Order: sequence, then structure tokens, then C-alpha cells
Amino acid sequence: MITCKGLCKSYGDKKVLDGIDLDIKDGSIIGLLGPSGAGKTTMIKILTGQLDASGGSVEVFGKDVKNLTGDDKRNFGIMMDNFGVYERFTCRDNLKVYADIYGVPKENIEKILEEVGLGDSIKKPASALSKGMKARLRLARAFIHSPKVIFLDEPTSGLDPQSMRSIHKMITDKKEEGCTIFLATHNMEEASKLCDEIYLLNEGKIVEKGKPEEICRRYNRLKKIRIHLTDGKDMEVSAGSESADTINALMRSGMLETIHSTEPTLETVFLELTGRGLQEAG
Amino acid sequence: MRNILMVIEKQIKDTFKNKTILIQFILFPAMTLIMENAITMKDMPELFFTRLFSVMYIGMAPLTSTAAIISEEKERNTLRVLMMANVKPVQYLIGVGVYVWSICMIGACVMATGLPGEKVPAYLAVMAVGFVISIIAGACIGIWSKNQMAATSLVMPVMMILSFLPMIAIFNGSVEKISKIFYTKQIMDLMDGIILKETAGIGRFGLSVIVINSALLIVFFLLAYRKKGLE
Repeated sequence: MITCKGLCKSYGDKKVLDGIDLDIKDGSIIGLLGPSGAGKTTMIKILTGQLDASGGSVEVFGKDVKNLTGDDKRNFGIMMDNFGVYERFTCRDNLKVYADIYGVPKENIEKILEEVGLGDSIKKPASALSKGMKARLRLARAFIHSPKVIFLDEPTSGLDPQSMRSIHKMITDKKEEGCTIFLATHNMEEASKLCDEIYLLNEGKIVEKGKPEEICRRYNRLKKIRIHLTDGKDMEVSAGSESADTINALMRSGMLETIHSTEPTLETVFLELTGRGLQEAG
Repeated sequence: MRNILMVIEKQIKDTFKNKTILIQFILFPAMTLIMENAITMKDMPELFFTRLFSVMYIGMAPLTSTAAIISEEKERNTLRVLMMANVKPVQYLIGVGVYVWSICMIGACVMATGLPGEKVPAYLAVMAVGFVISIIAGACIGIWSKNQMAATSLVMPVMMILSFLPMIAIFNGSVEKISKIFYTKQIMDLMDGIILKETAGIGRFGLSVIVINSALLIVFFLLAYRKKGLE
């Protein structure tokens, strides 16, 4: 559905994206994980035709992104971090503007607002909504015309855990409906939880890609098993067959409370690859 | 066409919620009605306040409201969302322009209530032309400005020149000479002709000023649009 080859973007001497290769399949959630300033927003802008690339090729729906027609772009749903809403308009009126543009029946407005949990706030002006509710309104706007591909740029940035969970549910619901979702985030947990495949982006380059759990396994250098005992103590044993007897004995004696692998988190992997954390600013 | 109508509908809805813009539209028509009916002085020229406020209305309302609408949408990035929803920049600008022009024309109709019936069409025609030129000026400022604050700081001096110079020209000969190069002064003279004389006309110089002012604004608009776009 979306393919990039050798994608580059420069501003003067500064390379924001440097030789990005990307292949996004239908119906999947792809995560672009990187710290602020890594080039995630630039990437979305190029993929959606808001910005021209300096080099390489981008194909969306089998066409060069520069040749996409208005009808093609109708299949995009975009929620950028800085896209605002009409503050003086009610939630319904905010969506009505876009329903009119896309030719979506008015009945769908209330339906989508119910879906995103704003059913009780239909007549509330956007200025009276909390940050989480505004994010849901922006998400509803991205969903209103049932797009095939949804681009989300930091959809849960700065939100409380409850709003985050509800947005995550909406994203997974959309995936189940068959949408392809491109998620740019610096939130490692969000990426691990939602994405089928992750691209780790650092200073404009993809430093690693794969399924979240695969990436973590790939960088599991310790190859150990961490055991928490009922007496409160922790112990680590090697992940090889030689530890089978120890674990077996602990289980039999009833001393084993929990057992964990020692795979690194995506944050740790990113730190190992780049020397910087995902929460760091660029 | 649907996108243009949508922009107009959106703006109409916003008129009643955006007090800053609403005041721009109703201030001068309301002032005209009140002043013409409340103040009568000896030797005061006929329909003095209508003439005065009409030119101020042309120089202020379309200019400030167009600039404010465009710059606010740019600042909040709602304009980018509209563009991503396949609304073409030209559709957006036409939508905003038609909306501002229409509301201003309603205001002009209110201001024309004191005029003799036979003079109303000519008065409205002159107002209509003035509004169009000011809308282009407002669009230039809106496009050029990154946000509302920047738009306001640009609108203020332009508005002062366009609105107040023709008024001050009544009392000062030097200012009158300078003000003649602006379309609002020429429109004021034209208005005087319509209201105070039997026949209205515009000389070659007056017509040239209006045409040159319009042409310069269109050029500036195109340059601003080419350089800044609507992003």
C-alpha cells in the first residue's frame, strides 16, 4: 500500500530523512518510533503529500505520491499533533465541516462521536473540552470519512492514561475494520502494544525494524531467566537447559512466585543502538 | 463548488460565535443609523455620517475580518486540515471572500437606509467595489502573517491609512493631497458625488487610482501567495 525507497529530505545542509526504505502492508499498524526531532512528522508529511521529498521515491496506492489525486487523498485520515479544531464550534459542528466536504451523511457525525466517547459532548464547544477529549475529537475527524489509511502523529502525547487507553482501543478497532495505520510516536509502550511492525528512527535513519517482540528478542544479550521467590528474593539463572533442574526444584518446593525473561525493552534497544533515549528531545 | 459553499457556511456559523468579527461587521452600520438619527447640527452636510462611516467601513471591516479569518486558521492549523481534506486554496479564498463581501454588503444595505431610493444602487455599487479591494488587501495580510498577532500588527497601520486618511483629509489640505493616492479617498469622493450631487462621476485620475490600487494589491496578493501559500 505504501512503499518508500531511499527517501531523503534535507533542509539546506541538514538531512532530516536519510535513505528511508519502508514497506507498509494493507491492514497493519506500522509504528515509527523515535525521539522528538527524529524526523517522524516530516515522514508523515511526505507520505501524505504535504511535503516534497528531496530524493528517493514514495508510492501510495501504487502511484507516486506526487501524482495522487484528490480522490486518492480522500482515503487518508490524518491526525497530526499540531492540527487544531474550531474552538468556537461544537463537536458536532466541527465534524459537520468535514462531513460536508467528504459528502458523509450527517447521521454518521453522531455515530462517530459516540464511537470516540464524545456522545455526551456533542453540543459542547471544542474550547470547553479537555485535552484528551480534544484528541478524541481530532481522531473522530480523521475517521469520519472511513479512510483506508490513517496517519497518526503522536496521538496520545500528553494525555492521561484513561484517554490513552480509549485512543488505543479506537486505533485497534480501526485496524479490525481493515484500515492501515501509520503511527508515529516516541511512546515505546504504545508502539509495543499497538504495532505489528516497528521502525526505529534516529536522526533521519532507520536503525532497526521488525515486530516489537522480535526486536526485543534480537537484542536479548543476557539470555537469562529472572525468578522472583516467595521469600521476596530475586535470582537469575541462565536460559539454557542446565537451569531446568533449578527451576523445577523451585516450582516443586513452592518457592517460585514469578518467572521473567530478561529481554530488553524497546527503549533499551534504542539506547543501545543510538546512545540516546526515546524521551530525549532532538 | 461544494467546498466553497462549505467554507461560506462555516464562516456564517462562526460569525455569531466570533464577537471580534461580529463587531467589525455591525459597528459602522449601527453607528450610522444611530448618528444620522440622533445628531442634527446646523449647516451639517447632508448624510454626513453615512458618507464618513461608509468609507471607514470599507477601510476596516473587510480588511480586518479577512486577515483575521485567514491568520486564525493558519495559526490553529485548521487551514492545513482543510487543505488535506482536498479543499483547494483558491476555493478557500473565494469562500472567505464571498462571505466577507456578502456580510459587508448587508451592512452597506443597512447604511443605505437613509439614502433616497434612486441613489441606493449607485451607493451599493461603489461600496461593493470598495469591499472587493479591501478584501484583497486583507487576504494579502492574512497570507503574509504567520498568526493572528502578526496579522493584527500589519492590519492596524493599513487600516489607519485607508480609513482615517480620507476623514482627516476633510480638515487638512496636505493630508488631502496624500490621501488622493488611496482608493478609499477616491471612493469617498465618489460617494460625495452620489449623495450630495445629482449625478455621480469619477475623473480619469480617480479611476486610475482605484485601478492602480487594485492592480498593486492583486500583484502583492499573488506574490504573497506564491511565497507563503496558505500553509
